[in-house]
Amino acid sequence: MLRYALTRGALLVAGLLVASVLIFLALRVFPGDVAQLLAGDKATPAQVEAIRTALGLDQPLVLQYLGWIGGVLHGDLGTSQLNGASVAAELAQKAQVTVPLATLSLLVALLIAVPFGIGSAMLRGRAAGTVLNTAAQAVAAVPVVWAGMMLVVVFAVWLRWLPAQGFPRDGWADPGQALQALVLPALTIGAVEGALLLRFVRSATLQAASQDFVRTAAAKGLTRTRALLLHGLPAVGLSIITVLGIQVAGIIVGSVVVEQLFTLPGIGRMLVADVGTRDLVKVQGELLVLTGMVLIIGFVVDLVHRALDPRQREADE
Amino acid sequence: MTGSSSRPSILRRLGSGAAGRFGLSVVAVIVMTALVSLLWTPFDPRATDVASRWLPPGWPHLLGTDLTGRDILSLIMAGSRTTVLVAVGAGVIATLIGLALGALGALTARGVRETVAVLVDVLIAFPVLIIAMLISTVHGGSLWVVVWAVGIGFGVNVARVTRPELRRVQHSDFVVAGKASGLSPLQNLVQHLLPNIAPVFIVQLSWAMATAVLAEAGLSYLGFGASVVDPSWGVLLADLQRYIQIHPLTVVWPGLAITVTVLAFNLLGDALRDATDPTLRTGRRPASRARAGQPRLPEATA
Repeated sequence: MLRYALTRGALLVAGLLVASVLIFLALRVFPGDVAQLLAGDKATPAQVEAIRTALGLDQPLVLQYLGWIGGVLHGDLGTSQLNGASVAAELAQKAQVTVPLATLSLLVALLIAVPFGIGSAMLRGRAAGTVLNTAAQAVAAVPVVWAGMMLVVVFAVWLRWLPAQGFPRDGWADPGQALQALVLPALTIGAVEGALLLRFVRSATLQAASQDFVRTAAAKGLTRTRALLLHGLPAVGLSIITVLGIQVAGIIVGSVVVEQLFTLPGIGRMLVADVGTRDLVKVQGELLVLTGMVLIIGFVVDLVHRALDPRQREADE
Repeated sequence: MTGSSSRPSILRRLGSGAAGRFGLSVVAVIVMTALVSLLWTPFDPRATDVASRWLPPGWPHLLGTDLTGRDILSLIMAGSRTTVLVAVGAGVIATLIGLALGALGALTARGVRETVAVLVDVLIAFPVLIIAMLISTVHGGSLWVVVWAVGIGFGVNVARVTRPELRRVQHSDFVVAGKASGLSPLQNLVQHLLPNIAPVFIVQLSWAMATAVLAEAGLSYLGFGASVVDPSWGVLLADLQRYIQIHPLTVVWPGLAITVTVLAFNLLGDALRDATDPTLRTGRRPASRARAGQPRLPEATA
């Protein structure tokens, strides 16, 4: 296990390094002069030079990169080139919206995918199973933006149960109100991601049902359903853990769109605004944090899976 | 591989399942609509008519009108052009990048091969949306951002799938024979290797196109995709959303168009996979009756 963790950890570090280089290069080595692009067409040569110096674009690329990554390792993601605010501080503040939103979304996705996925597998070949599977196919094809709009139409415009958009100005001072603002956004992401996950749970359940240990349990007198629930479910759970990494990536991406749709002051909305104003330093810091989160969660998921799966534990010994 | 003689049977298998038929017909309808909209739409999609704004669905505006009295059906028809363009463009770029990375990762010297494989594994962690943001920070938003972002994002996926396939057929007799008879590596790749991985490839391409349609909607909504004057489903969705409190039903139509298109590409990809996967072939039974393969978890998009 330790050896596995070390190898996998080395891979994570390599991944983070490659990701940071790619983000850095993508924002600089595109054809054309970055300083000119940032300054716009109407800028005077002096203004372009000022931007070049301010961003350190006149230094060799390697030095620029080392300067940036050195700061990142000390927890300093740089400062906004527009207002000089600390990127790390702003990220920490916006995370208070995005992290709860992502957690709630994952919860919704699991609550949809696990019971209905298992149900759809057990009802395979019957009308109800086909309906469930088809519905999941259809919902998985829905763009997140539109799913959010339709939920707004039903729950905010017609029923008036929940706010159509916005987040309390004083943040979590009133937890109930803040939570209420996150319900529709979390349902939006959770429904679409849940539909994707449902189809995976279904196929994992079908696979588990044909495993020897489930068939043996059934042969020893359990009903097929009981055998599947008692002996097959742990295997299904393990399969779900392996795809959680991809799910979290989907949820993070979904939150960018959903925060825009529901005007929530989170990391996604901050990122969209910074891309719009071409705030290079902020964008590279934010993208590094988001990609880093995806990679780190993938790492944790792999470790947990390795630790929980008895078949893989035996392979270690 | 039986070469060209297996083609008609793949098409027949594709048409034998309801999902494959649905996918094929919807894609055909959308391509037709895009072509027709070049010559004719019920109304000029850009023509504003303040007197008839926010009309409900009816005659002559079948799906109603928007804030400035533009005909929503005509806007959706014109938007299908953008959808087709983005899907095809992203497909071409994904093909080129995927084949290049796949070939580099499978057929080159060990050192290069392994480096490319690690690079592909890291690139997979980059969602299309993040690639799109990287491009539009420097270059501003445009449809090209969508095409390149999906092309790169899915090209990496294609590379990951084609690499093992290429390695598998690399040592087949016919490839070795080709080499012995004096074909250059590139000739060998084009003549012998590519036809053999084509099935896996087409499946990926179909899924890439589904992703492209979703990404166009999401990115155009965020302002990184089509410009406000382009006819696009994503832009239309963003336009109509601003008045969702007063005219909630107008957002149904562009959203439905996107969903049905994405569903069609997804089902087409699934059906192609089932039709081309030799492990799913069981005698003369149509593949759709055989056990369905693993569903894929698609690339995170917008």
